[in-house]
Amino acid sequence: MLDRKVNERIRDFHEVALGFSADEAILEAERCLQCKKPLCVTGCPVGIDIPAFISAIAAGDFSVAATTIKEQNMLPAICGRVCPQETQCEGACVLKNKDTPINIGALERFAADWERERGFSAEQKSREQTGRRVAVVGSGPAGLTAAAELARRGHKVTIFESLHEAGGVLSYGIPAFRLPKEIVKAEIDQVLAMGVDLKVNYLVGRSVSVPELLAFDAVFIATGAGLPGFMGIEGEQMNGVYSANEYLTRVNLMHADQFPVFDTPVKAGSRVVVAGGGNVAMDAARVARRMGARVTLVYRRREEDLPARREEVVHALEEGVEIINCAAPIRLLGDGVVTGVECVTMKMCGLDGSGRPTPEPVADQTFVIDADVFIEAIGQSPNPLLIREVSGLSIGARGNLVVDDDGRTSIGHVFAGGDVATGAATVILAMGAGKTAAAAIDRMFKEQ
Amino acid sequence: MYKIEETTQLADRVHQIWIRAPHVAHHAQAGQFVIIRIDEQGERIPLTISGVNGDLVRVIFMAVGKTTHHLASLAAGEHVRDVAGPLGRPSEMISGGTCVVIGGGVGVASTPIIAKAAKDAGNHVIGIIGARNAGLLILEDEMRAVCDELFITTDDGSKGTHGFVSDVLKTLLAERKLDLVWVIGPAIMMKVTSGVTQPFGVKTFVSLNPIMVDGSGMCGSCRVIVGGETRFACVDGPEFDAHQVDFNSLMARQRVYTEEEKVALERHQAAHCGCEEGGNHHA
Ligand SMILES: Cc1cc2nc3c(=O)[nH]c(=O)nc-3n(C[C@H](O)[C@H](O)[C@H](O)COP(=O)(O)OP(=O)(O)OC[C@H]3O[C@@H](n4cnc5c(N)ncnc54)[C@H](O)[C@@H]3O)c2cc1C
Ligand SMILES: Cc1cc2nc3c(=O)[nH]c(=O)nc-3n(C[C@H](O)[C@H](O)[C@H](O)COP(=O)(O)OP(=O)(O)OC[C@H]3O[C@@H](n4cnc5c(N)ncnc54)[C@H](O)[C@@H]3O)c2cc1C
Ligand code: SF4
Ligand code: SF4
Ligand code: FES
Repeated sequence: MLDRKVNERIRDFHEVALGFSADEAILEAERCLQCKKPLCVTGCPVGIDIPAFISAIAAGDFSVAATTIKEQNMLPAICGRVCPQETQCEGACVLKNKDTPINIGALERFAADWERERGFSAEQKSREQTGRRVAVVGSGPAGLTAAAELARRGHKVTIFESLHEAGGVLSYGIPAFRLPKEIVKAEIDQVLAMGVDLKVNYLVGRSVSVPELLAFDAVFIATGAGLPGFMGIEGEQMNGVYSANEYLTRVNLMHADQFPVFDTPVKAGSRVVVAGGGNVAMDAARVARRMGARVTLVYRRREEDLPARREEVVHALEEGVEIINCAAPIRLLGDGVVTGVECVTMKMCGLDGSGRPTPEPVADQTFVIDADVFIEAIGQSPNPLLIREVSGLSIGARGNLVVDDDGRTSIGHVFAGGDVATGAATVILAMGAGKTAAAAIDRMFKEQ
Repeated sequence: MYKIEETTQLADRVHQIWIRAPHVAHHAQAGQFVIIRIDEQGERIPLTISGVNGDLVRVIFMAVGKTTHHLASLAAGEHVRDVAGPLGRPSEMISGGTCVVIGGGVGVASTPIIAKAAKDAGNHVIGIIGARNAGLLILEDEMRAVCDELFITTDDGSKGTHGFVSDVLKTLLAERKLDLVWVIGPAIMMKVTSGVTQPFGVKTFVSLNPIMVDGSGMCGSCRVIVGGETRFACVDGPEFDAHQVDFNSLMARQRVYTEEEKVALERHQAAHCGCEEGGNHHA
């Protein structure tokens, strides 16, 4: 799969990865061994019948391929683009050790795009309605998946979303050059076409009271991990300092890149420093490049420890993002408006629980990077607003909702899943959680 | 889409609109706000809920920039794209005490709903509302109807006491025991006025108005420093203990986009027949 040329792509927000042509897709699909016990499927949290859809592509039956995927995954064009396939399906493919694994993500994307571009064969609303009402809180991948699965089983689903648009991080966080917003919208529309009711501008806990929420026959809480962390360093309150969430929301959801045609502004800056090393940091840095700034990313551990997907790091470097490893911001300089970021060099000490080295500052080894915009991408945690208001929910050490294997919380008919339960994770894990909870809710109804 | 049912101009550049938004109206409490986005290109702007009637909510705002000018130009029967809310925490309340609800300028918009909540909770309620001059004073009748006592101040003396709301507050503090005070208005007015109650140790709330985006605790744009800690005004506030608030950083952060706001407003006005004050072109 090819990428657009760097000097072209950093001037706009169009997609970087170009995707397969039909011929390329067939060639890639023909490499698949059609394993009897396909390991790839064990690596997919929503259990797509991967050999089946790949064999359909190899046979040129693209529409069959798309239908096969959608039996298990309602958001295939999204997942084909953003799943960390190297640790999911592709990481489990038997060809991984001999050859290169099958590019399952790109094939999934191809089939989904092929079908969408020709007009969906929208799934019919299930005719047999059970009369059960389920409230889904949050319209990110977890909420959308649970809603689709429940609607399929004939339950009446209402999704409440606090923003004006559905999609969660898919809409406000992941930039269009990785995930075009028309695609997000089209796949969400398909879920809604199954008879799911979407209510935007509803912040549950405020626009819907807790008793009103608990009056539904079942509830699925999928409010994500949207609460941005701040480093707590001096100068953070200055102008020009953003959380990655704010910076990305202004651009992705509010289209600040098109200011003043769109009303929401953002500081483009000429010299941007991003703190962090995950996907969020890479996204913020690459957006800042497209807004025309020189961008430096500061990460406190070594290059090999960067938690971002390798592909994103490579893309960021190609696009001219400078990465300084083993350094951490300790103070922001400026008089009301940020003018520089003072950093300290970090040395790597013993390993922490996750097997990564613990960074510790080297006293006196400090340096300053000029900056007129500073973006913090140091992690997000579950938004406490709703979960604090529902009494009786058991909350974990990291502010996450505690759930069992079925996604059930400490309140019988209240389920939860996605980032609110796991902490910031991935789209596909959130979808897997939505599916699991939907199945458990359905079982609960049948047993009642 | 949310329908605008009624619009009224209350004073120079100050407009009142009633919008049909049942999900907000049925849950709104004193001290909360909505976020409005007029159309697809629009910015999300926070406005205090200043009244509720059935399915309708009222907001009162001053036309200061692009979005508020645009909103002021809409007529009854037109629609806005989004109304999210109610957002923020309801005002903290006491009962059986003496409460003072103070509003300055367009900040008076927030006062009747708080005064009514204080009254309903069984307090003796004193209102103090102020403006630069008599023509800019809003909601006098409404406040008179709900408060046990009402004081009016104008900077130029054209109505009520000549001076500031803080002058009346000082007099009250010297004369009697006050239990809870709200001060709502421009940041500088809140800073100065709430400073008056500090030596008396009277619990005082201010309603902070930093720039917001989502209003749900997701972006951190609205962060303010209260008691030395970073708090998010949209979910932890907007009302905070006045004596803990770092007003200077709030005021600095409100100015982040001054240049961009100017560009947006000029562009808007150039496209709309050049009316200076957000006139009612559609009417
Ligand atoms: C910038 C960025 C880039 C990422 N890149 C990738 C990637 O490439 N690949 C990958 O797999 N993962 C990626 N992730 C992670 C992934 O997006 C998340 O793990 C996933 O979106 C979690 O889904 P969710 O449904 O649990 O929550 P979210 O997507 O966070 O959605 C939660 C929704 O709930 C709404 N909400 C919250 N509280 C309330 C309430 N009280 N009432 C109503 N609505 C509410 C929110 O507005 C939001 O829309 C990225 C994350 C970010 C931030
Ligand atoms: C919780 C809350 C409640 C509010 N309630 C009201 C209300 O009831 N009535 C009312 O008139 N205004 C209220 N505001 C302020 C209102 O949101 C701003 O006036 C509005 O966003 C300006 O938008 P604009 O595009 O017209 O102006 P802009 O062009 O964005 O700004 C013009 C001027 O307004 C200032 N400004 C911009 N955004 C804000 C903001 N969020 N808060 C304060 N000042 C700002 C700018 O510094 C600038 O000087 C409230 C703000 C908050 C946070
Ligand atoms: S959904 Fe994700 S994990 Fe599953 S097959 Fe597709 S790309 Fe792989
Ligand atoms: S494991 Fe690899 S080769 Fe085997 S079926 Fe799955 S994709 Fe094909
Ligand atoms: S407005 Fe985004 S966190 Fe408060």
